[in-house]
Amino acid sequence: MIDPARQASAETEIDTADGAPAAVDDPIVFEQLLRLQAAREQRRARMRRTGRQVVVLAVFICLLGLAYSAYKAVGTAIDDAQSGWPVIGSILPESDDLKMPPVLDIVSGVFEEPRGTDEPFWSIVGKEAAFTLREAAVGFAVGVMVGLSIAVVLTTSGRLERALVPHVIASQTIPLIAIAPIIVIWGRKSFDFLPFEWQDWMSVSIIATYLTFFPVTINGLRGLQSPRPENLELMDSYAARWGQTLWRLRLPASLPYLFAAFKIAATASVVGAIVGEISAGVKGGLGRRVLLEAQRYTTGPERLYVAVLGAAALGIFVFAVISTIEYGLVGRKGRETVT
Amino acid sequence: MSDAGPDMNDQAPAVEIRGASKIFNPGRHNEVKALEDIDLHIDQGDFVTLIGPSGCGKSTLLRLIAALVDPSDGTVLVNGKTADAARLDRDYSMVFQRAGLFDWRNVSRNIELPLELMGWKAADRRRRSAEMLELVKLTEFARHHPAELSGGMQQRIAIARAMSFHPQLLLMDEPFGALDEMTREHMQNELLRICSETRITVVFVTHSIGEAVFLSTEVAVMSPRPGRIAAVIDNDLGPRTDATRDDPAFFSNVTAVRDALRGGH
Repeated sequence: MIDPARQASAETEIDTADGAPAAVDDPIVFEQLLRLQAAREQRRARMRRTGRQVVVLAVFICLLGLAYSAYKAVGTAIDDAQSGWPVIGSILPESDDLKMPPVLDIVSGVFEEPRGTDEPFWSIVGKEAAFTLREAAVGFAVGVMVGLSIAVVLTTSGRLERALVPHVIASQTIPLIAIAPIIVIWGRKSFDFLPFEWQDWMSVSIIATYLTFFPVTINGLRGLQSPRPENLELMDSYAARWGQTLWRLRLPASLPYLFAAFKIAATASVVGAIVGEISAGVKGGLGRRVLLEAQRYTTGPERLYVAVLGAAALGIFVFAVISTIEYGLVGRKGRETVT
Repeated sequence: MSDAGPDMNDQAPAVEIRGASKIFNPGRHNEVKALEDIDLHIDQGDFVTLIGPSGCGKSTLLRLIAALVDPSDGTVLVNGKTADAARLDRDYSMVFQRAGLFDWRNVSRNIELPLELMGWKAADRRRRSAEMLELVKLTEFARHHPAELSGGMQQRIAIARAMSFHPQLLLMDEPFGALDEMTREHMQNELLRICSETRITVVFVTHSIGEAVFLSTEVAVMSPRPGRIAAVIDNDLGPRTDATRDDPAFFSNVTAVRDALRGGH
């Protein structure tokens, strides 16, 4: 079954890696060792892959900075000699240090302490990002629960699905900035029946929920309906109860669909939280920061850029978290078929 | 050794169908008369194949027995009770053309699925799953996932899953239809071995004459539109071996089934 050469090389590898004795006559022990080694190799491959991704990301950011600087140079040239370049000047927007602060200014803006504070800007933005992350995470969690519940209910009947899905879709056409202040006012005035004191950030979470539940419902419905008819018949033939079929067949089968939705929903929850903060006037998060830096743009344009980059980083972070969980739960690809 | 104790159901025929018919979408433009006036009697321990051209309703008949489809008319009794009562009592188990294993469960956990649904304890489930793997001779693949296995192996796991709770009746819907000829013959031998070890009753749907004659004690030949049972052919070839496939008696029964299939048109 296992050829001796491979066995020998595997043994020496195990030997060198663990410093364990290579006395493995027992085929079961040997197989176990092989399995351990395979797991170790997989971990290494994964670390290599992560390393590559970091390098690619760094290169991409550098290229982006380069492109930005290159355009800025062209735009500034157009600005300086507009009369001389009538055609290009009318096509390409001009630029200057206020419209596009130099890359190095943005980088140093990350580390500078804004006037009136004794804290580097990255730390301020980081804390605000954490505040926004809390709103987004709570909104995401609630949105996933609400979205999944709606999907499960809709799965029970085709008539219900046809009746309710248009309403679910219509809910997303209502502009977020319209409902945000309403939710904040409800939170302050009407939610006093709750056993805890309602905070403004919780209203922002509700706004994030509003964006989050939608992809979860739509994809969840699709995933819950994805099992083949014979798999559903199989469960019926075992006289499985509705809940058993849901838990053991429909939900596991919908995981790939759900994770696609979770990725959209997680980034949408960050967007929802930021927009919610801005339109509801909630203090402490990235939304407020973006608004503030936009208002005092002329005195430090690089700070707005840093705030926006912070928001982007937060979006990438939540996406990466979901992807990692997905890899752990459903990402076991690349198995070989034994024939 | 089997779970079936001295149950009075053991005396009842495994399947008793009287005057059953099935009309899909009755009264609508897409109405289909799938089955008409079906009478079928299957004794405990029999191996009965349902054979017929595609669209003759043999799968529908199997689903009638499984209570996955309700008859429009007539009665379907399994072990002396209504088909649905038999379903709820888990008297039967079903195997489909596609193995239909759950990708996210390993082989062992797939076999445990019906036991989980029946509320077995984990330790008991594991023990039974190991026994079943031994029965289908795939013990070393317990921790593999279905995607890593070939079609024939997957179908053997599906059979192990179906047999895991020792049902009295096995309903098989073209289980080897998607397999190549070599694997198919091997699977037929394996199925007969498993049946002789467990003395289970089998209703087996196929469109292969050779398969029907090789496997069964009785062949029910069906005619299409609406599906009827045209003939039930006794098929007593004694214990099967690979030599049976070259036996003159085997060929004469193949001819008899073929003639009955032609007569049905």
